[in-house]
Amino acid sequence: MSANLRVKSSEFIDETVRISFKFNGKTYYGFKGDTLASALLANDIHLVGRSFKYHRPRGIMTAGSEEPNAIVQVNDKTNRTEPNVRATEVEIYEGLEASSQNCWPSVNFDIGGINNAISAFLPAGFYYKTFMWPASFWEKYEYFIRHSAGLGKSPTEKDPDIYDHRNIHCDVLVVGAGISGILAAKNAAKNNFKTLLVDEKNELGGATIYQNREFNKIDNQSSSDWIKKEIQELSNIKNLEIKTRTSVAAYHGYNYLLARENLTDHLEKKDKQDKIRQRLLKIRAKKVILATGALERPLIFNNNDRPGIMLSSAVKKYADFYGVVSGKKNIFFTNNDSAYESALCLHNKGIQVEAIIDIREKSDSNIVKAVKKAGITIHWSHTIVDTKGYKKLNSISVMKLSNDGLSVIGNKINISCDCLGVAGGWTPAVHLFTQSGGKLTFDENDKVFLPNKYPSDQLCVGSCNGDFKIKEIINNLSINLKKFLNIEKTDFDNLSVDSEKENSKRNIWLLPSNKPIGKTKPFVDYQNDATAKDIKLALREGFRSIEHVKRYTTTGMGTDQGKLGNMHALGIIADTAGVKMGDLGTTTFRPPYTPLTFGTIVGRNVGEYFDTFRRTPMNDWHIENKAEFENVGQWKRAWYYPINGETMHESVQRESIAARESVGILDASTLGKIDIQGSDASEFLNRVYTNAWSKLGIGKCRYGLMLNEDGMVYDDGVTTRLGENHYLMTTTTGGAANVLGKLEDYLQTEWPELDVYLTSVTDHYATASICGPNSKKILNKIIPDLDLSEENFPHMSFKNAQIENIKCRIMRISFTGEHSYEINVQANFGKAIWEKCMEAGKEFNITPYGTETMHLLRAEKGFIIVGQDTDGTMTPIDLQMDWIVSKKKYDFIGKRSLYRSDTMKEERKQLVGLLTDDPSIVLEEGAQIVSELNQSPVNMLGHVTSSYYSPNLKKSIALAVVRNGKNMMGKKLFIPMEDKTINVTVANPVFFDSKNKRINA
Amino acid sequence: MFVINCPYCGERDQQEFKAGGEAHIERPKQPTELSDDEWAEYLFMRKNIKGVQFERWNHAHGCRKWFNMVRDTSNDEIKLIYKMGERPPSE
Ligand SMILES: [Zn+2]
Repeated sequence: MSANLRVKSSEFIDETVRISFKFNGKTYYGFKGDTLASALLANDIHLVGRSFKYHRPRGIMTAGSEEPNAIVQVNDKTNRTEPNVRATEVEIYEGLEASSQNCWPSVNFDIGGINNAISAFLPAGFYYKTFMWPASFWEKYEYFIRHSAGLGKSPTEKDPDIYDHRNIHCDVLVVGAGISGILAAKNAAKNNFKTLLVDEKNELGGATIYQNREFNKIDNQSSSDWIKKEIQELSNIKNLEIKTRTSVAAYHGYNYLLARENLTDHLEKKDKQDKIRQRLLKIRAKKVILATGALERPLIFNNNDRPGIMLSSAVKKYADFYGVVSGKKNIFFTNNDSAYESALCLHNKGIQVEAIIDIREKSDSNIVKAVKKAGITIHWSHTIVDTKGYKKLNSISVMKLSNDGLSVIGNKINISCDCLGVAGGWTPAVHLFTQSGGKLTFDENDKVFLPNKYPSDQLCVGSCNGDFKIKEIINNLSINLKKFLNIEKTDFDNLSVDSEKENSKRNIWLLPSNKPIGKTKPFVDYQNDATAKDIKLALREGFRSIEHVKRYTTTGMGTDQGKLGNMHALGIIADTAGVKMGDLGTTTFRPPYTPLTFGTIVGRNVGEYFDTFRRTPMNDWHIENKAEFENVGQWKRAWYYPINGETMHESVQRESIAARESVGILDASTLGKIDIQGSDASEFLNRVYTNAWSKLGIGKCRYGLMLNEDGMVYDDGVTTRLGENHYLMTTTTGGAANVLGKLEDYLQTEWPELDVYLTSVTDHYATASICGPNSKKILNKIIPDLDLSEENFPHMSFKNAQIENIKCRIMRISFTGEHSYEINVQANFGKAIWEKCMEAGKEFNITPYGTETMHLLRAEKGFIIVGQDTDGTMTPIDLQMDWIVSKKKYDFIGKRSLYRSDTMKEERKQLVGLLTDDPSIVLEEGAQIVSELNQSPVNMLGHVTSSYYSPNLKKSIALAVVRNGKNMMGKKLFIPMEDKTINVTVANPVFFDSKNKRINA
Repeated sequence: MFVINCPYCGERDQQEFKAGGEAHIERPKQPTELSDDEWAEYLFMRKNIKGVQFERWNHAHGCRKWFNMVRDTSNDEIKLIYKMGERPPSE
């Protein structure tokens, strides 16, 4: 062990359990209960990383989740590696490996440190001003930026851990288990509220748990002894659930909160296996109590960022809680009494405190008197003007402040030290409150933003509500909690509390130096290297809104969201611009409060569970027969069935020929199916489709086109009249849910007088579609007693039938132009009916075909696919489907829009066929069409929507939308591609069997 | 994320619902009588109020019923929920 800076046995550290861990490849030891930060400090390591922009050496600044500097990569080069982890939050375990970020090649020698020397050339907005131009150089800049100023490394292997989500409903959620949170949770639970108490740390009690000040007594005991008893009592309370290591990340409206519960990060590798690592808690609370505490502020002075400069409260916590001393020669720098507590704590442990630098003129509080009595030198009305020590603080320079606090006077005093505790006052942690939509008010006295207007049923208590003394915390909590929970009394109404009186403060957002500001580095945002100088520059350059200044200077935009320095940034802007802080407002605090892993966010929705998908009842058959699948909406549809190593093109050509020459079979189960019943069903169809439905006979089928109210084609499909008041509508596969939703909308909101009921039956039926000249023979084989004559069962009609015990609805309809039947059966018979068709079709070499062949066959016939040949801008007239738009019907959805001046324009894009002059060239779908070459700017007429090589026509065919296309029949157009120009001719979109002879054959 | 009190099912999470735009825009009974401008007014023009707004919502992953909601868009407070066909409150 290189050094041991333990000062005493701490009750929170188990010195009997020694733990070895590695930092930057070197082995160190700590104890059970240590964080990585406390263990490093115990080994006299302050230098943990380098800053983002200037690569300045940086050390541990805080003891909590607000840490801006000590961010590390844990378990680098393993599948559990994680970047940007705060060393102050990592509980050490045997085998932990951590390494510095932002430094290359090592934390002690860093090439990017040159940026520090040239920092005069890296002012605010440097990246915007420099790297934005010229755009073609961006790739080079990005390489430079990423390599010299990395943000840690993403894992490259699959995450081995399991993550989980859990929904929690409770009456009262209490966030933060410090003194206020514990008392609030205890009293809520005791009054029969189902209560959940969460805290981001692994122990309860907040700062009170290690508070042994003689000036703070609760119930005549030290506050730490008293709260330990309170914590013990919690375990016996019904209705109370406690979760530690649980950090609330987000607070949304209606008391919906997201929290991350950390379950295995503190465990050794062998104990992590097969356990849930982190769980995202989705909490819906009737009432929320925020007891999130306050964060200590630093002070902003020249070179305030060196390793060894820490928050005063952190110095105290490391000593009191972890038994670790952060320096051998300590100095405190303060604007209030907090630092005196830290100084006294060190002094009482026998650790040297050199001096206290206090910007105030004086303070007469008991604690200051005690410090004086201990013989510690206090420099009143003084400020630090500079610090020295590149990788570790070794001295400070102090000067007297002028009366107005704007400049320094007198001689410079240099004092050597290795640790500086800085105390700039306290900032209530109102992040969650504002996330929820809460409005803040500025308290001029304490220079803090406080909760003012609650957006939901919630209460802020303790120091996050601006109460900093234990006495006022407990008194106000008692009053507010009773009102909030509507209860008579709490069990701490008459608690005796002794705490010091209000202490005095002097607030100077930016402390002066003897050097001009341009020659100083007073850091405001440590992680992003934004200085007070940058903020002033932004204001000089005309930025006024704090949101703009934030983005321009990157203040508050790091992974810590500037938890330490945001108030100073606002203060400096207010002072410089001469406005009041209350009028300036704050920037927006956004979730998450501390970063979340992607694993926590996705939970169990990984791998095959990433997205839900639907499979048809015939799916197993498709898999057994080596189908390739494609995603259509959520469906997995058979795409094509390659045999003997065929390519997709070869399969589709074979399948297409088979379907036209003999017989093919398609799984059409995914088509949307809506059962429509009611005495007004016919009238309803009249209103939703463009064509007329009243005269459709029972047992007949009709194709329908559905528009949006704007006249654009929305969906299509065949609807069958099953009975007098009973129809079965089919929709496109992808449109099923939306069509049902749209129809319900009209029924419920526009036409409630119609007696119509809609039921989605998509999943209830499976559909095998047999198509081709031999389809009739197959159907005859499996249902010999069904009369398939043209008279009895013509095209566009429907029959009920039975095959053994399977009831079938058979529609003679066609999407391919061939004689074909769609056999619908109850879904659980889907595979059986499919296999029967396959068996009966053997002698005709029945060929299963997938969606690709279906698309090809319908394109040969010029049938559209809604969503492929249409894009929400095509009317039926644009599709040259005027025949389906009823002229007689008074109204239907979208009718009026077909007569708008815009939809009647001749030069709209219309659907046409395209034939390539070279029949072997297949156009690319999406390719642009022009009539003039060498035109600038080029006048684009439209684009190709569907394109195939037709094996039945032995040539390439395409559908396209072309401006004024219907008047261009036979016209030559061009399709310019990257490497060539393709000549095409506008043609009739019905390429195959234009007389429809085959359907009726 | 809202908790929405469906008039048919009771309080449910927002993710079960679909927002359906401005409420109380009635489809014209005789569209063919309307000028292009009048039809466009019905078809395209919607208010986007910061403050109290009348909206349509659908319990899409529940009872599938449509209903009306009065919501303050500035703070997402749901002031009132009432069934389709019921008259909007005057204030
Ligand atoms: Zn409902």
